[in-house]
Amino acid sequence: MGDWDTFDYDVIVIGAGGAGLRAAIESAERGCKTALVCKSLLGKAHTVMAEGGCAAAIGNVDERDNWQTHFADTMRGGQYLNNWRMAEHHAKEAPDRVRELESWGALFDRTKDGRIMQRNFGGHKYPRLAHVGDRTGLEMIRTLQDHAIHQTIEVHMEVTCLKLLKDGERVSGVVAYERERGRFRVFKGKAIVLATGGFGRAFRITSNSWEYTGDGQSMAYHAGAELKDMEFVQFHPTGMVWPPSVRGILVTEGVRGEGGVLRNSEGKRFMFDDIPPLYKHQTADNEEEGFRYTQGDKEARRPPELLTRDHVARKIMKEVREGRASPHGGVFLDIAWIKDRVPGGAEHIKKKLPAMHHQFKELAEVDITEVPMEVGPTTHYAMGGVSVDGDTQMTNVPGLFAAGEVAAGLHGANRLGGNSLSDLLVFGRLAGEHAAKFAGETSSGSVDEADIKQAFADALAPFERESEENAYMIQKELQGKMQDLVGIVRKEDEMKEAIAVIDQLQGRSAKVGVDGNRDYNNGWHTALDLLNLMTVSEAVARSALDRKESRGAHFRDDFPQKEEAEANHNTYIKKGPDGEMQLSRKEKEPLRDELEKIIAEEQK
Amino acid sequence: MSKTVTFRITRGTGEKTELVDYQTEVGEGMVVLDAVHQIQAESAPDLAVRWNCKAGKCGSCSAEVNGMPRLMCMTRLGEINLDEPVTIEPMRTFPLIKDLVTDVSWNYEVKKRIKKMKPRKPDNEDGSWLMDQEDVERPQEFRKCIECFLCQNVCHVLRDHKLHAEFAGPRHFVYAAQLEMNPIDTADRLEDLKGPDGIGYCNITKCCTKVCPEHITITDNAIIPLKERVVDKFYDPIGKLFRVFSSRDS
Ligand SMILES: Cc1cc2nc3c(=O)[nH]c(=O)nc-3n(C[C@H](O)[C@H](O)[C@H](O)COP(=O)(O)OP(=O)(O)OC[C@H]3O[C@@H](n4cnc5c(N)ncnc54)[C@H](O)[C@@H]3O)c2cc1C
Ligand code: SF4
Ligand code: SF4
Ligand code: FES
Repeated sequence: MGDWDTFDYDVIVIGAGGAGLRAAIESAERGCKTALVCKSLLGKAHTVMAEGGCAAAIGNVDERDNWQTHFADTMRGGQYLNNWRMAEHHAKEAPDRVRELESWGALFDRTKDGRIMQRNFGGHKYPRLAHVGDRTGLEMIRTLQDHAIHQTIEVHMEVTCLKLLKDGERVSGVVAYERERGRFRVFKGKAIVLATGGFGRAFRITSNSWEYTGDGQSMAYHAGAELKDMEFVQFHPTGMVWPPSVRGILVTEGVRGEGGVLRNSEGKRFMFDDIPPLYKHQTADNEEEGFRYTQGDKEARRPPELLTRDHVARKIMKEVREGRASPHGGVFLDIAWIKDRVPGGAEHIKKKLPAMHHQFKELAEVDITEVPMEVGPTTHYAMGGVSVDGDTQMTNVPGLFAAGEVAAGLHGANRLGGNSLSDLLVFGRLAGEHAAKFAGETSSGSVDEADIKQAFADALAPFERESEENAYMIQKELQGKMQDLVGIVRKEDEMKEAIAVIDQLQGRSAKVGVDGNRDYNNGWHTALDLLNLMTVSEAVARSALDRKESRGAHFRDDFPQKEEAEANHNTYIKKGPDGEMQLSRKEKEPLRDELEKIIAEEQK
Repeated sequence: MSKTVTFRITRGTGEKTELVDYQTEVGEGMVVLDAVHQIQAESAPDLAVRWNCKAGKCGSCSAEVNGMPRLMCMTRLGEINLDEPVTIEPMRTFPLIKDLVTDVSWNYEVKKRIKKMKPRKPDNEDGSWLMDQEDVERPQEFRKCIECFLCQNVCHVLRDHKLHAEFAGPRHFVYAAQLEMNPIDTADRLEDLKGPDGIGYCNITKCCTKVCPEHITITDNAIIPLKERVVDKFYDPIGKLFRVFSSRDS
């Protein structure tokens, strides 16, 4: 097996998306010797794909906006299962974090008077998303990346972390391999920040890349950290459905924010049919008012297409199931119709949604300024993840922090669009700050050589096996089962079946063999990711089975309503002493009075 | 539409490579990257390839498809002649790691030496600036860059003349242009562009512009204006004198 290279740091940040970059910047700024480790090249993380924008109550477009409203919107969207401390930090700090980006080189689209432009998005009462056309994530990651490279951060690109090391209770390091030659590395650190993103690869139809195998959640779980809210997986209502090879690729909510409407095969705006009571008073009841809202009329209420994602996704599923689908099994999303209503016509659409125009033209040979798109739900985002303290981002394992999509809390049962990019900035910074403080107050822990050798032996085991089992095929099977059995619509017997299937697949993954050698071997990497995918899939299925109601992104056919009795707890998952997955329910922390008042006020 | 097609793919590491033929079934709407993935799953599990977004947004999947520098995820099989074998090779300007994966780390090193953003004092108390949409649009074009490095790959200064040590390449001129045209930036990069970044080596062949998947007008909008600024600053004696006086005034 040979040996490994050892590195020593104060703070190790795993993941170089928005959250990881922002955490590393903060940690380095505070004088910590900081490492940034990522599976892909710098600048290629998921954050680069974000389109619509970054939510912050700057109030540039509508001066009525403020942090209180943003807070209330986030809590309502999350069906009050959010960690309210996080929701408060987030709403208060997002504006500063966005402005800071411009001092580092970002250039957001502008209002007429030269300030940062903001757009409408589902569930946000006022236009709130700072954006650059529909490539906001690229702007953000590039800004952070270009700022970070001038700091003393050591970047380890194309290096995959496998397992956290502990010294007693606390975390003390992590073992990893580099892709290029498959060599092993050991990173020792006083504090570790997980910023590894989500796990959308556990499902067949997804907007997520190969990186999203839940590594952070799984590493944390196996190191004794708690996972939380794993039943809440966001299915974005609008992914591409055709051609087959692009199925799942995201169509930004920005299309609807700019006036795009959903229609079924009968040409009907079906979203008007069923508006949830919680949102009735803020939703337009006719097409004209909805359109005026998207064009900036402050008196108008938002069209039902901009209701929360869980609701829109289910409504689309319903149209499809009841036989009113578009030719390739989705519904129509039409932005072309606004051509006759706005100055500039087709040019206006291209200008507002350049990436979407390009994507459909190149991948589907569809011109969105001429004809409607076909769209359907796609797995998009994990609200659940590693449980953290709302003020420090530390997990229950001392020295282990988490920020960004890998962490749970801010979004509760359902995330509002645009609240992720701001999440990355606010909590990336917070995690970096507290990791740096933790590192400053502690000495290095020790790492156990036997642990390290074991981890590396496990990683190399697939090379030793002569086996029929192929990692790609097992991954594909798992994705299919999760999609069908624990997808948008869930049922008790199906979820039980899923848990049994995962168990079986877990057994089979332990038998996977790989061909070739350790040099940049995608087959080997896929085999190593399987453990993580299995762990998160099981956690999702068990949590979903336990929540006997429908709330936010979690919808049960056998319990189609929200239940008062289920409203007051979050679901936690932890590795038991016997190595089995343990589930528990914990009461929500009661809200501070002041925040309670804000919510009541905003309800009116 | 379903049909068996031969793909001729580079296999091997730096020292030793060969083109290997693989056959796979292709269906409607597939892109080159889909075919590569299918081959990986069916018959070449250790085939090395980079990708992330599969939607032309991350710039990971650059390669040469039938000799054309392209993003594999944005190249539809429908636009290629499938009766002949389809060749897929790695970018040639960078050292090969394995199969379709090259070592692009040089690009990251070059970027580091370009002077970073240095904003002027904020216009507003909350730390923000006022900028006109019109003024941000120019640099915004350059900020669309997804760092696919296809422009670097085709530029003859790098590809044929191997002047990596003296020439930053089109990607980094786009990067520098974006900073130079940022309305609130105050740093001066012209001396570096003339010196270590070697903008003078560019003889405006426009090959970079032709391959840019983001359709950035690299040569006309970024390189030529930068060259003009360099000329103004270093080779125009009257302009230079004028600057000396005006900087004394301020
Ligand atoms: C198509 C699309 C559009 C979106 N649009 C929006 C939007 O408009 N607004 C919004 O707010 N949100 C949007 N989102 C969501 C948002 O982009 C993501 O939630 C967010 O970018 C996640 O950021 P992150 O920093 O947590 O992780 P990521 O950006 O995903 O980064 C994860 C990092 O972890 C690394 N990593 C993972 N595992 C390991 C390991 N084992 N070892 C080492 N490194 C590892 C990866 O290499 C990567 O660098 C969108 C998402 C998608 C997919
Ligand atoms: S225009 Fe200049 S930078 Fe672009 S390819 Fe030609 S020589 Fe290279
Ligand atoms: S300028 Fe264009 S071709 Fe060059 S790296 Fe950027 S996106 Fe790629
Ligand atoms: S995979 Fe991202 S550009 Fe091709």
